[in-house]
Amino acid sequence: MSGKPTGATPLLRIKGVQKSFGSTHVLRGIDLDVARGEVVTIIGPSGGGKTTLLRCVNFLETYDRGSITIDGAEVGYRDGEARKRRTETDLARMRAETGMVFQLFNLFPHLTAAQNITLGLTRVRGLGRAEAGDKAMHWLKRVGLADKAGHLPSELSGGQQQRVGIARAVAMEPKILLLDEITSALDPELIGEVLDVVLSLAADGMTMLIVTHEIGFARDASHRIVFMAEGTVGAEAPPAEIFSPNQPNERLRSFLGRFSAAHRL
Amino acid sequence: MLDQVLYAIPFLLPGLLVTIEVSLITVAISTVIGVALGVGLVYGQWPLRWAIRGFSDIIRGIPILVLLFFVYYGLPLTGINLNNFAAAVLGLTIFKIAQVIEYVRGAIESVPRGQMDAAKSIGLPFHERLAYVIAPQALRRFLPPWLNGVTDAVKGSALISLLGVGDLLFGIQKVVGRTYEPLALYCFGALVYFALNYALSLASRALERRFSYIRE
Ligand SMILES: Nc1ncnc2c1ncn2[C@@H]1O[C@H](COP(=O)(O)OP(=O)(O)OP(=O)(O)O)[C@@H](O)[C@H]1O
Ligand SMILES: [Mg+2]
Repeated sequence: MSGKPTGATPLLRIKGVQKSFGSTHVLRGIDLDVARGEVVTIIGPSGGGKTTLLRCVNFLETYDRGSITIDGAEVGYRDGEARKRRTETDLARMRAETGMVFQLFNLFPHLTAAQNITLGLTRVRGLGRAEAGDKAMHWLKRVGLADKAGHLPSELSGGQQQRVGIARAVAMEPKILLLDEITSALDPELIGEVLDVVLSLAADGMTMLIVTHEIGFARDASHRIVFMAEGTVGAEAPPAEIFSPNQPNERLRSFLGRFSAAHRL
Repeated sequence: MLDQVLYAIPFLLPGLLVTIEVSLITVAISTVIGVALGVGLVYGQWPLRWAIRGFSDIIRGIPILVLLFFVYYGLPLTGINLNNFAAAVLGLTIFKIAQVIEYVRGAIESVPRGQMDAAKSIGLPFHERLAYVIAPQALRRFLPPWLNGVTDAVKGSALISLLGVGDLLFGIQKVVGRTYEPLALYCFGALVYFALNYALSLASRALERRFSYIRE
């Protein structure tokens, strides 16, 4: 993807973030910026902390050290007061600004596709029922599921569920969208329909931080690719540089090498 | 023998009403408090969780009769005097609260973790995550044991006749004392308890069907 946006200050700024689960040091000082309108993709070996980092960005996970800011506001902790957790209301308000799409979809099973989308619109954004319904319909159309509005998630295919998951997240008009391996639970023939939706959002200028094992998709969709391993950022560059045969980072080269061997890219 | 039963009916009716009344009060109060404490057990800060866990474990480890006697005979020693009806209701309710707490915990924990994550990610605050995402899904798991517990409450309430509360069993015993016809009357009493509980279990099956549409 071309035309990398250039913002003065980044929308998302991750600085020196560290995180441990018990004695496992999962994030060992992560620095990463995402500019407005930029699509950044994180790749890397399993267990490297990619999911954990994404979950820290909307405070589904606490972090021990460092700072994460969105539009200058500290995520999870009060500005200026180190390590003081925000109030529940404050956290909820901030989380509404970051959309998240999950590997296992996590649709609300007791609500229809449309209701999955309107819940946040009415409760969090304060829209009226009619307005929320219109907006849900707009996004369902956008992901190609206008005819499934009244269906429960259990009545949809995996690919359809994930597209509802994306619609639920973007309908909230978040500042940034976080996508964690959103196609890895899907049958291969359903992956394309989901990635197409992501590409069309990217074309609209949606800011996205993506974790994926779809290396080809990462190359096509991203302005920048970040290679993360063992809790650190190993390399960070535009796709052309990352995939260049002269890539200086040994670990990244061997990671990509294993990929092309496995996937015959 | 039928004569004896027919003779007894007018005497048993007030007792039946007391049994229903005690069961209703017990179930209503224990449900409200038990749900609140159950939510506290799952989502509370550790001191709260710890206190609720302790309460539930202790109460569930005590025979219900011992609990009733403790409330009726033990509390007056601390200066709290309850009449036998209040003591009976309090004892049964405390016992039931501990059960409801565990139903609620089990029901909430049956909801996949990702549901809470998704609810957080769209910006719902805690009470709305609970009301619109967790509760509707947990309800399906909560209902069957809770409805079982309602029949348990009706059966368990027979113990309060030991505190001299004039419930159904107490009424039966009084008539037996007058007529010396224990077999017929206890059989009749068992039948009344059974009818009451059977009606309840039919109602509960209908209620469970009503909520079975919620799928994973
Ligand atoms: N809730 C948790 N409790 C304890 N350890 C955890 C928890 N979540 C993650 N971990 C550990 O943190 C490390 C990083 O996990 P994470 O899921 O972030 O990796 P990942 O890069 O997303 O891997 P994958 O590519 O397999 O999804 C792993 O060692 C994992 O076992
Ligand atoms: Mg992961």
